Amino acid sequence: MHRVVITGAGTINALGHDVATTFEAMREGRCGIGPLEIRDVDRLAVQIAAQVRGYGEHEHFNRQQIALFDRFTQFTLLAARQAMQQSGIEFTGDLADRSGVILGTSGGGLSTQDENYRAVYEEGKNRVHPFIVPKLMNNAATSHVSMEFNLRGPSFTVATACASSNHAMGLAFQMIRSGMCKAMLTGGSESMLVFGGVKAWEGLRVMSKDCCRPFSANRNGMVQGEGAGVFVFEDYDHAKARGANILAEVIGFAMSSDAADIVMPSKQGAARAIAGALRDAQLDKTQVGYINAHGTGTAANDKTESAAVADVFGAHADQLMISSTKSMHGHLIGGTGAVELLACIMALKDGIIAPTINYEEPDPECALDVVPNVARDAQVDVVLSNAFAFGGLNAVLALRRFS
Amino acid sequence: MEVRDKIIAIIAEQAVLEPSDVQMDHTLDDLGIDSLGLVESIFAIEEAFDITVPFNANEPTQSDFDISSVAAIIAAVEKLVAEKA
Repeated sequence: MHRVVITGAGTINALGHDVATTFEAMREGRCGIGPLEIRDVDRLAVQIAAQVRGYGEHEHFNRQQIALFDRFTQFTLLAARQAMQQSGIEFTGDLADRSGVILGTSGGGLSTQDENYRAVYEEGKNRVHPFIVPKLMNNAATSHVSMEFNLRGPSFTVATACASSNHAMGLAFQMIRSGMCKAMLTGGSESMLVFGGVKAWEGLRVMSKDCCRPFSANRNGMVQGEGAGVFVFEDYDHAKARGANILAEVIGFAMSSDAADIVMPSKQGAARAIAGALRDAQLDKTQVGYINAHGTGTAANDKTESAAVADVFGAHADQLMISSTKSMHGHLIGGTGAVELLACIMALKDGIIAPTINYEEPDPECALDVVPNVARDAQVDVVLSNAFAFGGLNAVLALRRFS
Repeated sequence: MEVRDKIIAIIAEQAVLEPSDVQMDHTLDDLGIDSLGLVESIFAIEEAFDITVPFNANEPTQSDFDISSVAAIIAAVEKLVAEKA
């Protein structure tokens, strides 16, 4: 068994275009949610989102690249470049062959699909650009990352709705821990804030029209975000040998399937994934200081997740902190676990617990310490990151402070 | 001349060259245009002239559309434009 550490992190999301800005926003409890600015927004009932603002694709990519890179791929590459720069790792020779890319996304190149369906259905065009398929495919981001940084080992994309990134990072962790790989670029990305994407979510009637208030009694739904988070996971011995700066250690991962309902979450399924991650990391539950919640702000998720945490941790549930940073960066669907892992790293490395903002009224069904509204200084040694997807697919990661 | 200039502009853009650098006897290889660049050029030609270019990337040499040089492409497009009219 090999130890697995994180040696690089990168992101672009509604809170910032890099990790430092995102940490600052999380410390300050800043909200990235605002009016949604997309074409035909007047035909949507939901008109808010946590959009990436102030972003110009031409600042980062040339014309040929833009012809091939959907927005979700662009976000991924920007985050991957930051993570690679921080890590300082270079993939050549045998290391390149034993390192790969595993990324999560749910919608993939949804903006590309949306634009081109519009062109052929609404505008009646009979000709489309030749690169639509390589641009929209869910594995496009993974492939471009592998090409840009020469990762030639196991590489693929995971799509498990809102758990995609956690599943991706969990598999990357397992591949390094088992000795199969030396390093992995992993995380995820999403860019679903297009008319068709938001309209589809609207149909489910789980979206808030005003705000995301996880665990608060007056919560009324989720708010979508967009962006990416990408990390360098690396074999500890390899990282140590090259003198890499270590951000945190990944120590456990578990997945479960509710095998119950396509949209309603199950307490048992969530609890099995949480307990499984503790077991995989050989942790006693009292060691866990913080959980980054799935915390979508829907009525169903937050009470089910709270009940699952109470079940697994028993009396210790009242001692640990649990917050939902979706209140700030929105729900990035397939990319959400990756951005949320940043809050875990911040907790371990800086001793700052990101808050659940917009919290207004206690809910007896969510009676945990949700770190309401204001970030908290607290040294924690072990944290978990929860992700529970539609379809009942759950993925929980465990991380430890590296010292 | 109009067809010729438009095509040279399209090819030059793909090759990241000035139109004046594109010569009639250049092949796409000479210009550094790969298979993706070729299909993108064909798409741009179809859009510019509102024509359908009979080209299958699986068998580029079997197509009726001759892409062996810049001059051949121009001649083939002129023929398609004339057939359309």
